Amino acid sequence: MEQFLHELWIARWAIAQGLVVTIEVSFAAIILGTALGTLAGVGLSYGPWPIRWPIRMAVDAIRGIPVLVLILAAYYLLTFAGINLTAFESGLVSLTIFCAAHMGEIIRGALQSIPAGQVDAGRAIGLTFPKILVYVLLPQAMRQIVPVWINTGAEMVKTSTLLSVIGTGELLFRTQEIVGRNFMTLEFYGLCGVLYFLVNYAIEYAGKFAARRFALQ
Amino acid sequence: MDYSFQFRVIEANIDKFVGGLALGLGLALASILVGTLIGIFCAFATTAKSKVPARLVNIYVSAFRNTPLLVIILFAYFALPQIGLRFGKNESFILSLAIYAGAYLTEVFRAGLAGVPKGVVDAGRAIGLTGFQVALYVVFPIMLRNALPALGTTFISLFKDTSLAAVIAVPELTYQARKLNTETFRVAEAWSTAAALYLATCLVIAAGLRRLERLFPKF
Repeated sequence: MEQFLHELWIARWAIAQGLVVTIEVSFAAIILGTALGTLAGVGLSYGPWPIRWPIRMAVDAIRGIPVLVLILAAYYLLTFAGINLTAFESGLVSLTIFCAAHMGEIIRGALQSIPAGQVDAGRAIGLTFPKILVYVLLPQAMRQIVPVWINTGAEMVKTSTLLSVIGTGELLFRTQEIVGRNFMTLEFYGLCGVLYFLVNYAIEYAGKFAARRFALQ
Repeated sequence: MDYSFQFRVIEANIDKFVGGLALGLGLALASILVGTLIGIFCAFATTAKSKVPARLVNIYVSAFRNTPLLVIILFAYFALPQIGLRFGKNESFILSLAIYAGAYLTEVFRAGLAGVPKGVVDAGRAIGLTGFQVALYVVFPIMLRNALPALGTTFISLFKDTSLAAVIAVPELTYQARKLNTETFRVAEAWSTAAALYLATCLVIAAGLRRLERLFPKF
């Protein structure tokens, strides 16, 4: 125990840094992924077929490929395409794409559950389609997806561990470095698991709160 | 950028890719079998009169749903041997994935259980079945059918999660793609083949599940 505390004291900054990178990359991925996913969801719901089909194919393809393959492929392929990104940036790109595909489906589902009468009503008072989208449809869809969206946040934190494979300095990668130095696998992998649990439990709690706050009736 | 595709490398190694895919499917199947047993057991445990089993199940579900799978895999493979629990690579991976899946499947089966109409339970009791017989012959089949769509989704996502086995050097598809990538530098070929194989398998599984759902109409 004493030795563990000693090692923990030595590793304190590495762990804190790892935690910060984990939160940074997950947060950035979910913000960028939601923006991209909203476009995809709108395209899937209301786009004409030349827009809808390519999005549908891309979304299905991304959802059918394991994230780890996505991360490794992006890491190696982007370099080959002459785009030189750091492990963090390349990881962020893959996580964003993954998140966008999932958000696209979620937002499509939410948009399609809004009664068609709402669009007609918007037209009747003379709104153009972009205005109907911004003032009528998206606010209702967004309210519906808040709880799911927060769960996706927890999912992204969990998925960000895969970035350790390409050497992004997030929490799991830092833990692996620490374990590589002191061989205390039980203690440090255990600690790592507990830290992830705490972050995700907090997110889950926020999700439950939001579900109550934004519930319709 | 002048990169010329050479799929001959893939052709020469296609047996490794297919073997890796088969191994991944096997791992997913073994994990979902064990995970399903855990899930069914936990779901029924929550229906007990005492509050204790339900509370324990909640702790299990919450703990494993909020911990990343990769951390569980690394913990099982590197940390458990320290306290004398030593497994092979495959067994250790199946164990991790099964326990992880069990947490998700508990929720799936709990929802399936909640969807069993109360009337059929009463009907079972009325024709003289014991509590255990009602659970086995009446509640269980309906619950299984209710859970089928979510069970299918979970299976597909577990199959994709087998790619994480590459991290502890289980020679499944992702591991083979990575190996070919570093050995031959045919980057685009290796990853596009792996991605296509995963995608095709997921689509086939999804189509099979849709058939299965049609085969057994909803109660």
